[in-house]
Amino acid sequence: MTDLLEPRAIGQDLVRRDGELKVRGTATYAYETPVEHPAYAHPVQATIARGRVTAMDTAAAEALDGVLAVLTPFNAERLASTEDAEYAVLQGQDVGFRGQLIGVVVAETSELAREVADGITVRYEEQPHDAELSADRPDLYAPEQVNAGHETDTAEGDVAAAMAAAEMTLERTYSTAMYHNNPLEPHATTALWEPAGDGFLTLWDSTQGVHPDRAAVCQVFGLEQEQVRVVCPYVGGGFGSKGLPHANVMLTALAARALPGRPVKLALTRQQMFFLAGYRTPTIQRMQLAADSRGRLSAIAIDVVEQTSKVKEFAEQTGVPTRMMYASPNRRSTHRLAALDVPIPSWMRAPGECPGMFGPEVAMDELAEELGIDPIELRVRNEPEVDPETGKPWSSRNLVRCLREGAERFGWSGPRAHRDGDWLVGTGVASSVYPTMRQATSTANLRYEDGRYVAEIGAADLGTGAWTILPQITADALGVDVADVDVRIGDTRYPVASVAGGSSGTNTWGSALVVAAREFRTKFGADPRDGDEASGDVDQAGQDDTHAPYAFGAQFVEARVNADTGEVRVPRLLGVFGVGRVINPRTARSQLIGGMTMGLSMALHENSAWDPRVGQVANHDLAEYHITVNADVGEVEAHWIDEHDPYVNAMGSKGIGEIGIVGTAAAVVNAVHAATGVRVRHLPVTLDKLLTALP
Amino acid sequence: MKPFAYARPGDVAEAVRDVAAEPRAVFLAGGTNLVDHLRLGVARPDLVVDVRTLTSREVTDLPDGGLRLGAASTNSQVAADPRVRERWPVLAQALLAGATGQLRNMATTGGNPLQRTRCVYFQDVTTPCNKREPGSGCSAVGGYTRYHAVLGTPGALPDANAPETCIATHPSDMAVALAALDAQVQVLGPAGERTVPFPELHRLPGDDPSRDTVLEHGELITAIDLPALPVGTRSAYRKVRDRASYAFALVSVAAVVTPDGELRLALGGVAHKPWRATRAEEVLRGQQLTEDAVRAAIAAELAAAQPQPGIDSGNGFKIPLVARTVLATVRGLLPEEQS
Repeated sequence: MTDLLEPRAIGQDLVRRDGELKVRGTATYAYETPVEHPAYAHPVQATIARGRVTAMDTAAAEALDGVLAVLTPFNAERLASTEDAEYAVLQGQDVGFRGQLIGVVVAETSELAREVADGITVRYEEQPHDAELSADRPDLYAPEQVNAGHETDTAEGDVAAAMAAAEMTLERTYSTAMYHNNPLEPHATTALWEPAGDGFLTLWDSTQGVHPDRAAVCQVFGLEQEQVRVVCPYVGGGFGSKGLPHANVMLTALAARALPGRPVKLALTRQQMFFLAGYRTPTIQRMQLAADSRGRLSAIAIDVVEQTSKVKEFAEQTGVPTRMMYASPNRRSTHRLAALDVPIPSWMRAPGECPGMFGPEVAMDELAEELGIDPIELRVRNEPEVDPETGKPWSSRNLVRCLREGAERFGWSGPRAHRDGDWLVGTGVASSVYPTMRQATSTANLRYEDGRYVAEIGAADLGTGAWTILPQITADALGVDVADVDVRIGDTRYPVASVAGGSSGTNTWGSALVVAAREFRTKFGADPRDGDEASGDVDQAGQDDTHAPYAFGAQFVEARVNADTGEVRVPRLLGVFGVGRVINPRTARSQLIGGMTMGLSMALHENSAWDPRVGQVANHDLAEYHITVNADVGEVEAHWIDEHDPYVNAMGSKGIGEIGIVGTAAAVVNAVHAATGVRVRHLPVTLDKLLTALP
Repeated sequence: MKPFAYARPGDVAEAVRDVAAEPRAVFLAGGTNLVDHLRLGVARPDLVVDVRTLTSREVTDLPDGGLRLGAASTNSQVAADPRVRERWPVLAQALLAGATGQLRNMATTGGNPLQRTRCVYFQDVTTPCNKREPGSGCSAVGGYTRYHAVLGTPGALPDANAPETCIATHPSDMAVALAALDAQVQVLGPAGERTVPFPELHRLPGDDPSRDTVLEHGELITAIDLPALPVGTRSAYRKVRDRASYAFALVSVAAVVTPDGELRLALGGVAHKPWRATRAEEVLRGQQLTEDAVRAAIAAELAAAQPQPGIDSGNGFKIPLVARTVLATVRGLLPEEQS
């Protein structure tokens, strides 16, 4: 149990502190950093998916007026560490995927750098590539672990025996597509090496964590932490793709090192982001459910097949939510990977939970239909009393309340389908879940300065609201007015902070701020003097290990399918979430409806159309890679229940950045099924999958 | 982007002379497609001749009841013109179905029909494409064909290596409406003026997929004329796409029904050019325009359609989708008692 802060600033609907700067266009992003006399870099990318670079003709390029440097695997300096193959830019001639970085041109203008980079003739020794995922590949393998340190496989009881003995069984295969994060602000860096000696590197980088960013750069270049500063006050979205630096950051630093004293800027083009900035692997999910006639599960199993890159392994933890979501004596989850000649997958909003709640939540709807049970009731009947995976009690689990309150608000009772003119209308529901995580490292510093409390921590605000809510937490921890508190973030000059990932930022940084504030009050009392200073580490904050901390939610969807053309519209999304105490309803609502909208986008639109012959995403720009636009989004409502959780942290809050995208796609599929009778098990739900069933 | 010279001559005649004299010259109007291509390296001109301020921005009445759209009139302007909205609603609807508000403010009457395919391989200079680089082959065959042709193609799986192969579609919505309306294209070229019937402006790939239209190098569209329609004519545009806005058509239908029951029909998203459904029109000629008759007519039109296999099950779905969309569109134009 933790003593929860008395909420005064917490819970207030405060406007974003950074809002005005952003609206005025004066918030400075990485590429716009005002620096003297910048040079511009543009990458050279491999146009084969596997093989070797045997020659690059750069002589003409180097001789051009305005070209400052041309780096290739043949002349680039050797990096201190090539342990992480993604970061080993220009360190060898091998090509592991199409679009890999094989050079960089630095020039006086970005236009010149691009033209010269695109004009460099590259000779390759091309080898046949292997870039097509399927569930029946003979070379699928079990990784040592999956993302976030989860076990690859888990098993309890005997699923096969339960399937054989059950009154009702369901076996289905579902798949999610490949997705690219596509934040509005591209991956961009301004890098400056001070001229003298080994020098000092400043990176203005668009990142979800200045300290993790710095750590990676230090390792690659063999630098001490004191030799590198990373600055990032504002981020134009990340969705996981800026959680750790990608190869473009190392390339920019390398290019800048060739021009000491000259700042070098590099922003990936939208097209390049489809090769270099990570993505969500496509997943194939084989689900098995066994139940009695009342819908009580006797078995639940998920076997996941997904891909990684031969260059570097990333194993999405897709099977993880099935391990804890519903009660069942017999359970199994497995992950198998195909290592392919493809770009490197990585984090994308709710890795694991987002794709991993698609198959199970559609399967539950299918089971409910087979059994003739309301899908909400089916979920209620399988509510586990304790965490099925660990046996621990829940810190709080209010899935049933979310389902019930959502049903009430949405108007769930009554028929799930009707026809309205040319439109077939249906409704659907699915559950959401996301673990409540806290990172091990973060420190906050708190100082009394000119009558104000100033906290410093190297945290990041990706548009999430950290600039606004960290002062709210600090104010309540100090017992002062929020207007008297400043929190400074986004710079490695401030104390170390963890990545803004896993919806852990508020939990982690907030806990460190609370420790610092309590330390400050202990040391200096209620009447501090100018310059008084205290700090706090997150590891000094109480951590309860005896409970399973998760946020839960329920999402409801109304889908309309055009009876002539199969076009799908979703006029209503409604979510109810149990996320502990909400720090700021304005920024919280934005996170939740943003997640739900991204879930709608996943359901209907997003699909990186992978061309295995070429080894690239065919639709690699925002005109062809469709993200839900305003016209596709009707009413989106996010609500939360009043949830008291004394086990998670001093704020009583759970992470909210990701849960909104979890379950949405399943709810859409379930609604479309109600409308049309077609169960789309392979995302996205496009009209061609519905045409044959239309009247 | 490759450096190029930029010219803004004094009048259209000079602009035509400038472009005609330089084999690697292009006209620039709204630039909504060309500027992308300059960045991507799809277009690599030596000379860009800006004609935006040279051709007329006016929309003027013609003596016979038609309307002349100056080449520099914008898509937003034409879509909002009360005469167009009242008498040629198919065109206003097609314009509003295209692109976004910002793009429509820039895009012009002369430029829109000359925009180029959004075939993903055409737009990626690292992949072979006969249209962009004649003779290099067609990457789309067996690839990402969702937005590709089912009509006017050489077969179900054309030879990807043949220099004539191209299964791209023309992306314009406006052009589909203009094809159905039998608009007339006013052209000024080095050899003088000529008029091209809109349905003949665009071409099939034939033996040269690099050419989208019948215009010769140096020929400039100066205006597009909308012929008068009989009083009581009804028309509509229906675009079916993968999201509600800002997406190219999977298929689209422009339909015009005259008071005496004649149907003019054009299809978008299905061929290398805006596809005037002449076969369907012939089948219907002299027949009562009923749903059954339309169904039979569109089936005749689609008899030669060839689905293209590819990523995500290819584009075979377009064939039933065209039939359904035509029927739904025409149904909306029929008098109550016939539908």
